[in-house]
Amino acid sequence: MIRFDDVVLRYASATRPAVNGVSLDAPRGAITAIVGPNGSGKSTLVRALLGRLVPERGTISLDGIPIQTLSRLEAARRVALVPQREEPAFPLVVRDFIALGRYAHGGVWSGETADDRAAIASAAQRAGVNEYLGRRTVELSGGEWQRVRIARALAQGGDALVLDEPTAFLDVAHEMAVFELLDALAREGRAVLLVSHQLNLVARFATRIALLHAGALAAFGTPDDVMRGDLLEQVYEWPLVVSRDPAVGAPVLVPLRHRAPR
Amino acid sequence: MRPRTWIALLVALLVAALAGLALGPVSLAPGTVWSALFGNGDANAIAIVQTLRLPRIALGIVIGAGLGVSGAALQATLRNPLAEPYLLGVSGGAAVGAVTAVALHFTSLAVLPIAAFAGAALAVTLVLLVARAAGARGDPRVLLMAGVVVGAFANAAVMVLLAGAPGDTVRGALWWMMGSLSDATWQGTRWIAVYVVIGGTLLLALGREIELLALGEDPAAALGVDVERATRRVYLAASLLAAVTVAGAGLVGFVGLVVPAIVRALGARSVRSVMLGAAIAGGALVVAADVVARTVRAPAELPLGAVTALIGVPFFLSRLRRMT
Repeated sequence: MIRFDDVVLRYASATRPAVNGVSLDAPRGAITAIVGPNGSGKSTLVRALLGRLVPERGTISLDGIPIQTLSRLEAARRVALVPQREEPAFPLVVRDFIALGRYAHGGVWSGETADDRAAIASAAQRAGVNEYLGRRTVELSGGEWQRVRIARALAQGGDALVLDEPTAFLDVAHEMAVFELLDALAREGRAVLLVSHQLNLVARFATRIALLHAGALAAFGTPDDVMRGDLLEQVYEWPLVVSRDPAVGAPVLVPLRHRAPR
Repeated sequence: MRPRTWIALLVALLVAALAGLALGPVSLAPGTVWSALFGNGDANAIAIVQTLRLPRIALGIVIGAGLGVSGAALQATLRNPLAEPYLLGVSGGAAVGAVTAVALHFTSLAVLPIAAFAGAALAVTLVLLVARAAGARGDPRVLLMAGVVVGAFANAAVMVLLAGAPGDTVRGALWWMMGSLSDATWQGTRWIAVYVVIGGTLLLALGREIELLALGEDPAAALGVDVERATRRVYLAASLLAAVTVAGAGLVGFVGLVVPAIVRALGARSVRSVMLGAAIAGGALVVAADVVARTVRAPAELPLGAVTALIGVPFFLSRLRRMT
């Protein structure tokens, strides 16, 4: 559904590209994760999906259609995206905020249609934010705010959902709830593309993982392909081991201490 | 906003307008105003109400509406509750355009707004370039600093343009630079109203995009907005509105700052309702400020811009304190 083909991305005044020749794809029905150290180009890939950065080389396509040939509206109807950071300039009522997800489906003067209302209600239900639809965005906790943003993306609809670090600042329970929701959405047939630092959770939930290192793809494959101690140690430049969790059977990364603890 | 809040805003506008008709160097009783409105009673009263005060109030409403809508749109698009055309130097740029047109003997209120618009569009471009060069697009204070600097530059440019003009012209121009409704005529007000309606409709049509731009550029793009195009359109339409008000009444500052904040505090939620509410409240504020300008030191008249600044500056400072 979403495909990056040999993509090179460079910021206006930068000497070296932020993303250099990356190819990866996120098919329907699966969670595809992008991981990598800070500054490895993960969020740059997401910004390119928004058309905020045009590839110097290579193509980004949605279902085979190059993204540059789609208008922003057309792209937004296919792919819903939750950017990394967001702070409304003026506080909004949660329900109004979720309703903004319907922008790509309305006209200049059109009000809320029955379709819009149904999409908003089902998105709020799905993301578990029904209790605070009437609250203002400034009154939400970090976890509630992330869920409200996911609800807006669900109201937006489309076959693909892209999230840039959706579980940053979330506690274990909220984090697991988000991953379970993404898993359910993928099982229903959506393409989920997820940028995350939570390697252990990603290894349990994602079908495939793309590991970025200094703008290039260090590995792209199943969790077992990517969660290798030698590879991750080299990319993250930190001593670590990868074992297998006896309870869940997934590979688990354990970072080591430089010196033995006292 | 609840229906009764809308009604309250309209009542405030009506009260301000009635006060504007009754009060001034010559105070008229409500009954006298009423008859004069329909051309009955004392000939002097009829002349004062119909020829002097009514066009003045109409111009005040139109100017206030333009400033309110422009401020509301700029605040949301720039994600900055302190943004408004005067503080952003947009009005100053419009003044340069208007003074240039007058110096070239184009004085019709059909043409003057276009010259003012050219100046305003140039100023807003300059302000955004300066702010971007400072590299802190996210910091609302940098943008305001850029606006104040461009505004000071515009003032200087106006002074240069006026150098060598006859004393009366300079005095007239300075008076106009402080904002005033005293030259209101029906014909001029009609032109200003046409431009305000055009600019206001453009911004209302952009309401959904403005709503999303207030979330930030990346979220707006994610939801389907062509950020560069939408932003450019908002700046142009907001500059048009600000420029028209400058052509009609000179530099009236702070209305675009105060009014959207009041309307939001009254419970307006969507950007469109903030803009509509700001249009009504802006009209009421400018008409009320003009009543103050005409009555406090009657028969002398205070500049309208001075009155709105006396209201706006404390408001600005309290907002700034809350931000930092």
